Amino acid sequence: MENRSLVTIAHHSRQKIEYLIRMAQEFEKCPNRRLLDGRIVATLFFEPSTRTRLSFETAANRLGAKVIGFADPKVTSGTKGETLKDTIMMVSNYADIIVMRHHLEGAAQYASEISPVPIVNAGDGANQHPSQTMLDLYTINQTQGTLENLNIYLVGDLKYGRTVHSLLTAMRHFNPTFHFIAPDELAMPEHYKMYCSEKGIRFVEHQDFDADTIAGADILYMTRVQRERFTDLDEYERVKDRYLLSKAMLAKAKPNMKILHPLPRVNEIEYSIDDTPYAYYFQQARNGLYARQAILCDALGISLDDIINDKTIINN
Amino acid sequence: MKRQELQVAALENGTVIDHIPSAKLFQVISLLHLEHVHSAVTVGYNLKSKKMRHKSIIKIADKFFTDDEINQLSVITPNVTLSIIRGYEVVEKKEVKMPEELIGIVKCDNHKCITNNEPMRTRFRYLGKERGTLQCQYCNREIKLSEVKLV
Repeated sequence: MENRSLVTIAHHSRQKIEYLIRMAQEFEKCPNRRLLDGRIVATLFFEPSTRTRLSFETAANRLGAKVIGFADPKVTSGTKGETLKDTIMMVSNYADIIVMRHHLEGAAQYASEISPVPIVNAGDGANQHPSQTMLDLYTINQTQGTLENLNIYLVGDLKYGRTVHSLLTAMRHFNPTFHFIAPDELAMPEHYKMYCSEKGIRFVEHQDFDADTIAGADILYMTRVQRERFTDLDEYERVKDRYLLSKAMLAKAKPNMKILHPLPRVNEIEYSIDDTPYAYYFQQARNGLYARQAILCDALGISLDDIINDKTIINN
Repeated sequence: MKRQELQVAALENGTVIDHIPSAKLFQVISLLHLEHVHSAVTVGYNLKSKKMRHKSIIKIADKFFTDDEINQLSVITPNVTLSIIRGYEVVEKKEVKMPEELIGIVKCDNHKCITNNEPMRTRFRYLGKERGTLQCQYCNREIKLSEVKLV
């Protein structure tokens, strides 16, 4: 049987990405349906996350599925020493699809190899977070009218930030120019720069972060400098405030420019920016619902045609 | 080569693995599971060599390896010489080629990789000569060939 699990977006073709975007667009038109009536979605969060979990659970609920799962790894049999394999095999007896977040890298890949039901990776350690990338792509397409030939500025933690790594990989089909703005300690890792060179993706590295640097941006993707990824907390204290976006820095911004952020934000985007037309991070988060509905349906073998011809739409 | 000049006795039928760096000898024995072979295995350790100054050699009687088994050696001893012996004659020489995938052989050096925290086999992909690395197919970390450790 074909493995419809979503572990990473890195291998997705351009066509597949465009297909999923089209699916998400259908869900944005009508997010409330009974398409997944009778199905059970399991959300297994071995690592804490409220946003992603609520987003997936809402996506499932609004399509009529029932949701089971756990949000706190401390209550699972993992604490008794149960292997991931056994947990997955056990849950696959109950659910039609498993959405999982795990602190170990490669956990979702492994789960997809042993699970009889599809696995959707909601984040594995510092490795992949494909649903975030899908919603990022959806949002970029929505705000710019296209994914092609854009100037995408990635700011903040480019070393440990899996969302920027994933976005970089996914955008390779669309001829982007990337701009990396990060402190030396958090610079984009060498192997990603090599990846860009190999794939013919243009990139520019900047040291400064001011109105002039970002004037050419179509998309300004801000990231949080994550304390939990640091082993040296003194280093964290030194860099955490360096790359903050203030309203004054938007003086030369292009009218179509949009500021994205995977959230939660701390202080990297000044609150006064929220009221400007550039701020798009909350709409971006809302798009997570549609992107995840598309991901769940695709993993369960539901096609774009099924969704377009869906008779179960609830109009309210 | 005259038989009386050999430091290790000649084989009638079997496989000879020659020019093993002495430091890797026991890894080769382990990788090929030679401790489970029933026929005669002769091992020469720290022998003088024109090519390498010192080398080790293993002669396994009546045992022939598949290409897959031999290619596993690529991670530790890519430059060994492999000869197939029949009737005291070398009938074939085999080269060790790096396979595309290595399963259950290489250890991932990422302590946060699932492979180091769960009873399972590792899986690595060879990324080619230019890159010179193996990539873990679970956590995507790359390891330089020269830094590879076995499970």
